[in-house]
Amino acid sequence: MTVAIVKYNAGNIYSVDYALKRLGIDPLITADKEILQKADKVIFPGQGEATQTMQYLKAHRLDELIVGFKQPVLGICIGMQLMCKFSEEGNVDCLGIFDTPVLKFHPQKQENKIPHIGWNNLANLKSDLYREIPDGIFTYFVHSYYVPVNEHTIAETDYILNFSASMHKDNFYATQFHPEKSGSAGELILKNFLNL
Amino acid sequence: MLAKRIIPCLDVKDGTTVKGINFINFRDAGDPVELGRQYSEHGADELVYLDITASHEGRKTFLDLVRRVAANINIPFTVGGGINELKDVDALLNAGADKVSVNSAAIRRPELIGEIAKNFGSQVCVVAIDANIVEKPEPTFRLNHPQWIPQWICFLNGGRISTGKNLFDWAKEAENRGAGEILFTSMKHDGVKNGYANEALRTLSLSLGIPIIASGGAGTKEHFRDAFIEGKSDAALAASVFHFGEIAISELKAYLAEEGVVVRKISI
Repeated sequence: MTVAIVKYNAGNIYSVDYALKRLGIDPLITADKEILQKADKVIFPGQGEATQTMQYLKAHRLDELIVGFKQPVLGICIGMQLMCKFSEEGNVDCLGIFDTPVLKFHPQKQENKIPHIGWNNLANLKSDLYREIPDGIFTYFVHSYYVPVNEHTIAETDYILNFSASMHKDNFYATQFHPEKSGSAGELILKNFLNL
Repeated sequence: MLAKRIIPCLDVKDGTTVKGINFINFRDAGDPVELGRQYSEHGADELVYLDITASHEGRKTFLDLVRRVAANINIPFTVGGGINELKDVDALLNAGADKVSVNSAAIRRPELIGEIAKNFGSQVCVVAIDANIVEKPEPTFRLNHPQWIPQWICFLNGGRISTGKNLFDWAKEAENRGAGEILFTSMKHDGVKNGYANEALRTLSLSLGIPIIASGGAGTKEHFRDAFIEGKSDAALAASVFHFGEIAISELKAYLAEEGVVVRKISI
């Protein structure tokens, strides 16, 4: 099985590489369209800012490539947010795979610190991505923007409000949290993705 | 619910983990990667690796160590020590670090915080602050401040140089400039195992909108509880109590859960 990681101007791409290597997979980190197109699985990871990353994807025509993927794709963190329709982070149009906006967290009380950093629970788990994973499992989040719960939501997390911790539509999967940094729970989620 | 984080801190010198007692007298505490892996397995939520030689003995990169940590450990980790410019940050993040902590360099040139936030995102930028309560300033300084009242003052280079900056003012400035978290070490409490600086932590936590990591003073499980409940910290960092096996992280988390503190359980 070939697994490709989309190489673009987002941070933390190498954490996914390391995580897959721990699972015995040696992924290709590439922006090469042909390699990405042919890969059995594609991971679209990263941490970054929506406007700059979208600009980069467009400039390198990776935007149309990603939207056209037929194999299972996993977007992580900013990857998931870029797969949405629009982001309030810089008010930028994104890839539009998931028909939902990305909104900024607004603190409701003093203890609502932003960014949402740390381990939080997943609830209402659906889809094969969460096979053998119990509701309530903790995963690691780092973000200041969120995706509201919508028809594609397959996991929810409560911070300030209930938001989409994960989504699924056709061959596209996405997590707001970082499975590559979420201990053994995250490893199981990555394994489940590789087994799709 | 968002869990309170337990963060073992590994001070690294020449590739070995050490812990200073009040910033001097180092005692050896093992291989940093192996130690980190064990902590991770026992339920640590995050790790901090500080290259403690860096800021006063010149920059010694510990990039190789960072790569080994990233390859072997599946929880987030922050690296700090001797980060002076953007290219240091870039190299550490590329080696696999999740966040960087800046301390002296940010006080000397506060613009660094904004540069890191702009280029890599606020979530990457932990601003570490070493502060102590200054009861009486230096005589020359006192001439200009006859009404001096004891206050928290930030220090540079592992506690060697006073900056005259007030802790709370500097923390607020760091937040405004784009810091993602504040890691506050009380020099007065550090290494003496008598509890964290809960009052100062609480003031920080209530006045800032970003997470606060408590550091300095952990000696018992109760101290962690107090840092979370009284100090309102989002995370608590400790070193020697973990390194020397005085507190097991799994037991600490079980205790905190009983005390009503939300902590992450490892259920897989």
